[in-house]
Amino acid sequence: MTVIDVRRDEEALTFTLVAEFDAPPARVWQVWEDPRQLERWWGPPMWPATFDRHEFRPGGRSAYHMTGPDGTKSHGWFEFTLVEAPQRLEFDDGFADQNGEPDTTMGSTHGVVTFEAVGDKTRMTMLSRFTSLDQLQQMAKMGMEEGIRLAVGQIDGVLAS
Amino acid sequence: MVVGDGADRVFHALADGTRRDILARVIHDGLSVSALARLYPMSFAAVQKHVAVLEQAGLVTKERRGREQVVHGEVDALRRAGALLTDLEQLWRHRVRGIEDVLRREQ
Repeated sequence: MTVIDVRRDEEALTFTLVAEFDAPPARVWQVWEDPRQLERWWGPPMWPATFDRHEFRPGGRSAYHMTGPDGTKSHGWFEFTLVEAPQRLEFDDGFADQNGEPDTTMGSTHGVVTFEAVGDKTRMTMLSRFTSLDQLQQMAKMGMEEGIRLAVGQIDGVLAS
Repeated sequence: MVVGDGADRVFHALADGTRRDILARVIHDGLSVSALARLYPMSFAAVQKHVAVLEQAGLVTKERRGREQVVHGEVDALRRAGALLTDLEQLWRHRVRGIEDVLRREQ
């Protein structure tokens, strides 16, 4: 199993996933850096992503859209705040309207991705931080994994009580 | 995006602390709307509204017993919602598999 750990901290509003890949950090880094490689894995199943813009440097922005099975398009953006090849990457990401303009009503998520050599493999740790519980719940409504985990936690809590 | 209307309603219903509390109280034994209303510092009508949101999400059902309306939690609906959410929570695992594919093909 490549995913070695998944953690969520409902108080700190963070979600962390740790995965290991059979390639050196410089190679794993490229799947984020190269938009043609990034779009081969970013979209959810049946929703392939297309990056129209990808400025992979501090202060740079990306604009992408995902296309659903019925042709519906969902737009999103990144803004990179730290790019330290091939070790650490930080960025904000959020949803955008049909013209690719950031949707300010939805809030953004801060992501921190680190790449660590473990033997001849790479351990990639991806942490997402939300700004508020409301935002988590908005994300949940949009089908975002991180929000979903919180809702699952609420359901578990309800069932356990 | 990847969530249907049903899941939207479940998320909306669970997004409120009072509604989660109502659900927790009625999940094993039913409680009347008036008994629930006594538990919260809000009007009977406000509690009734929360119950209606839970009902629309399929998380509770109401049963008339004499003059009272008794609210019951729908454990199966909750478990189904949980299963649906667990499916969706595979997004990042899907992404990791996608990265693996990219790495394998370009070796």
